[in-house]
Amino acid sequence: MSGHTVPADFSEHMLDLDEDEDLEVFTKNTSLPDGSPLPNSPSSMVNQYRLEDDDEGKEDANTKDIFVTVDHPESQVTAIETFILYRVVTRTTRSDFDSSEYEVRRRYQDFVWLRSKLEEKHPTLIVHPLPEKFVMKGMVERFNDDFIETRRRALHRFLNKISEHPILSYSQHFQVFLTAQDLAPHRKQGPGFLSRMGETVRAVANSVRGLRSRPEEFAVMQEYVDDFSNKMCCMDKVSQRIVKEQREYVDDLKQYSPTYARWGELEEELTEPLKGVASCVVQCSKEAEEHIQHLSEVLVPALHEYVLCAETLKAVMRRRDNIQAEFEAKNEALLTRKAEQEALQEEVDVLADRMEQANNSLKGDWVRWQHSMKTDLRSAFISAAEKNVEYYEKCLAVWESFLVSQRAEASGGQEDVA
Amino acid sequence: MADSVSSEEVAVISNTDITSTESENNIINTMVERGTALLRKLEINVAEAEKRTGKNTVNMQETYTVYLIEIRPAETEGGTPAAPDTLWRRYSEFELLRTYLLVTYPYIIIPPLPEKRAEFVWHKLSADNLDPDFVERRRVGLENFLLRVASHPVLSNDKIFFLFLTEEKGWRDAVLETGFQDKADSRLKSLSAMFRVKNPDKRFTALKQYSDELNSVISQLLRIRARVADRLYGVYKVHGNYGRVFSEWSAIEKEMGDGLQSAGHHMDTYAASIDDILEEEEHFADQLKEYLFYTDAVRSVCRKHELIQYELEMAAQDLAQKKQQKEELATGTMRIFSLKGMTSKLFGQESPEQKESRLAALEQSIQEGEETVKEKNTECQEFVRAAWDDIEHFKEQKDKDLREALISYAIMQISMCKKGIQVWSNAKECFSKM
Repeated sequence: MSGHTVPADFSEHMLDLDEDEDLEVFTKNTSLPDGSPLPNSPSSMVNQYRLEDDDEGKEDANTKDIFVTVDHPESQVTAIETFILYRVVTRTTRSDFDSSEYEVRRRYQDFVWLRSKLEEKHPTLIVHPLPEKFVMKGMVERFNDDFIETRRRALHRFLNKISEHPILSYSQHFQVFLTAQDLAPHRKQGPGFLSRMGETVRAVANSVRGLRSRPEEFAVMQEYVDDFSNKMCCMDKVSQRIVKEQREYVDDLKQYSPTYARWGELEEELTEPLKGVASCVVQCSKEAEEHIQHLSEVLVPALHEYVLCAETLKAVMRRRDNIQAEFEAKNEALLTRKAEQEALQEEVDVLADRMEQANNSLKGDWVRWQHSMKTDLRSAFISAAEKNVEYYEKCLAVWESFLVSQRAEASGGQEDVA
Repeated sequence: MADSVSSEEVAVISNTDITSTESENNIINTMVERGTALLRKLEINVAEAEKRTGKNTVNMQETYTVYLIEIRPAETEGGTPAAPDTLWRRYSEFELLRTYLLVTYPYIIIPPLPEKRAEFVWHKLSADNLDPDFVERRRVGLENFLLRVASHPVLSNDKIFFLFLTEEKGWRDAVLETGFQDKADSRLKSLSAMFRVKNPDKRFTALKQYSDELNSVISQLLRIRARVADRLYGVYKVHGNYGRVFSEWSAIEKEMGDGLQSAGHHMDTYAASIDDILEEEEHFADQLKEYLFYTDAVRSVCRKHELIQYELEMAAQDLAQKKQQKEELATGTMRIFSLKGMTSKLFGQESPEQKESRLAALEQSIQEGEETVKEKNTECQEFVRAAWDDIEHFKEQKDKDLREALISYAIMQISMCKKGIQVWSNAKECFSKM
């Protein structure tokens, strides 16, 4: 329900009007993971995701009934353009899917389409962001292997986030995306570019008019979103800087071993320990490179994803504000204009309803999102910390074995080193 | 030749039976042997450094650092350590002492001084000579120098060295009185010798080459080390930013706040730990630098040998020429060009008396020449023998010291790894509690 003019395609619109249908689909589960009674109204959704357990993640896995993967990027060359097609494989036990397994090919633009459809239909739900269209810095080519792999991972995450979302995963667009061999006919349907334009225009108009007042909880949310966005940008920058510094460190570190080796060749008695040190440095450099690889594959993308999430959150807050603004505007018209009272009243009611649903959706999804954010980032940080420990442990082993070899060499006693 | 080369000292040089306790002491006390008479009597420390201001030779105010040398009698069993005798010396006096030693014992590889100016610095380390860290490292280097000299079988017996340790005021005059500056070979002389020696001693040639290559390889190692230190510093310090951001972020989170905050502290710890790590590594760099500077001393000895060899060859060549001349004069033939011979041809033969006197003069010259050659030969042989003794001694010392330096480098790396494991394990725990 996004406040644009009723589109020609009623069926979709009806689906939009009827939020309960979405919920009913969800209510096929007889109870929630934490055992509380299932919700049947938007407002009770708010309580639904107040999760305290850390086991939530594990239980999700047990109740998960749809599995999506994105892999096998392949370059497609046509007369007009070159682009990458990704293979999307779906396995599901859901009854609303005709089959239990699907394999389709999708390009980045298809993902963009899916996401915009989801946002249109659920303007105040938090739809996970897509990887960026371009990467500006570093002159990364669009078809550079690392770029493609990073993008593939992000697209995989995107679809998984959608499939884990209690409402979005049951979206018809999502199903079409996963199952239709040819997406083209579906992409032509429904509100498209023009209606999105309309929404933008209205959004601008609304922001000009300004919001009377934001309800307390959304004001708090807005503040959080702004701060969170700041922090995520910082984290992203710091992490990328660390990767850069570490790369430079490893490059310089590698220069040690040929020099030590060269020295080893000069000497007689010292040849063996010198070559030993050279080999230690080589091994440590390898470990360091693995470490950097892990950082670039796990921590940096995770943080970057949440930078994009922050932008999504801002957009969601804006859309919610707009919905409220539209209602307020209409309401004001109702109060000030004496003519057309009945028609206006109806419109105001519709907008009020829409606003309430929008607010409730957001409130509910907000809790879910926070939990998801915490889980994601915590796991990324833990992984990064573990990898650091592993890196140091491996280097420690390398140098310790060097020491052992030296002690074995030495005649007479050498002091014990703690 | 200096008078301290004797068979006694030779015995000391080849004395390598150090006991296991001494061996352990060696490891603790910067790889210095305690085999000399001097060190059996005295304990030497460079205990402190102080800044002074005074007027220099051109009557301008300058700030310089002086170092306190402490001498105390070597500890007796169960006795209380006596109060030390002390005196202050500045770096330039150490330099003077070393120059004296270089000239007086040209066949000995003279231990090097710590660097005059900070080189191979990475960015955070100050290149300023008055910087306290630099001064401290120099203090250690000067002590090391004194201990090296004091433990050297030949150098430790030198009177001027003893005065350096004991006579604050009168030392400078004593050094200058030795007239060592006159004995110094001119650079030009030794450079020209380098190119003109006909029969270089293969061992010395090999040694010189080794020394040059060692110099090159250690220089490169030190350059790389400075760069790597810089990079590593950057890596650790950027993690400090995590500390700051985590702290700020924790303020806006409810559940995650505590975990983030404490993780942030560990990031700060991690960032701070690099300072100690790199300081320890500086010590390793100093050990390498000592041997870098040692290569200059080795090259010095090789050059001195070349010079002596060259002088010997010159003397022999001179003698051969004179003999040739005598032969020609005696037989009347002129196989080699001589001005006298030429003038005789042009202006007529000389009288038998003249010839006789010239022959006698030549005979005298030849005798002198033979003496000279004999002297030079002895000098050369003595030099080679004494130098090679010291070179063997040096090689053993170098192998031992550098092996231990590499081991302590490995120990440092291990320590750094352990710190890293600690910090990141702690951080992981904080993250888990988030």
